[in-house]
Amino acid sequence: MNMRIPILKLGDILIVSIQWELDDQNAIQFQEDLLNRLHSKNARGVLIDLTPIDFIDSFIAKVLGDVINMSSLMGAKVVITGIQPAVAITLIELGIRLENVMTALDLENGLDKLQIELEA
Amino acid sequence: MECRSSVDIFTEWDIVAARQLGRNEAKSIGFGTVDQARITTAISELARNIYLYAGKGNIKIERTYDNNQYGITIIASDEGPGIADVRKVMNDGYSTSGGLGAGMPGVRRLMDEFNVQSEQGVGTTITAVKWLR
Repeated sequence: MNMRIPILKLGDILIVSIQWELDDQNAIQFQEDLLNRLHSKNARGVLIDLTPIDFIDSFIAKVLGDVINMSSLMGAKVVITGIQPAVAITLIELGIRLENVMTALDLENGLDKLQIELEA
Repeated sequence: MECRSSVDIFTEWDIVAARQLGRNEAKSIGFGTVDQARITTAISELARNIYLYAGKGNIKIERTYDNNQYGITIIASDEGPGIADVRKVMNDGYSTSGGLGAGMPGVRRLMDEFNVQSEQGVGTTITAVKWLR
């Protein structure tokens, strides 16, 4: 199943809502799609919303961590929003730390945070 | 009472199939969302280990009942190269894949019981149990 994750543009921010469980191929595809969009749209910020996601394993976490570092290499700031309690608990128990990652409770707070960062 | 289902692991997509099976089973046993996430994640990590290190193997999901307690048992087995030093892989931070998987200590923390049996050149069987509280 190859379903591309839609990437929306709002001003100079790209907004991604991950709505379904990612398999390895979709995760890698998403990484490439996002970086290409970042480049073609001259975006300065990225918001990735994970509200519908009910678990994240070490592979998906690594892809997310990588895409954040790659985006920052390209000069963009990334905020992750909507991590559910169950996801936060399992990630920490699993021993995965997403360090130096900007996070917010929901989309609204995430956009505010990103705007402040971009204006700074 | 014992109810079994299993998924053979050959490709990356089988990892997805195994964790979906596990999640459905966990849900039907009555696990809450946090434990469902723990069980799904543990299966994903064990299935990925099989895919990365043994190439192929099998994940069995069992409904368990013991001492008036219901639970779920995950049995991950392969006929891969085996683990040279089980104690070493149970240490946090040990990896031969360059940090692709979270490793076995992480899976052990997610589950209530965790047992590794491995023989070099023969294969590895990991049994992990989560009890319904």
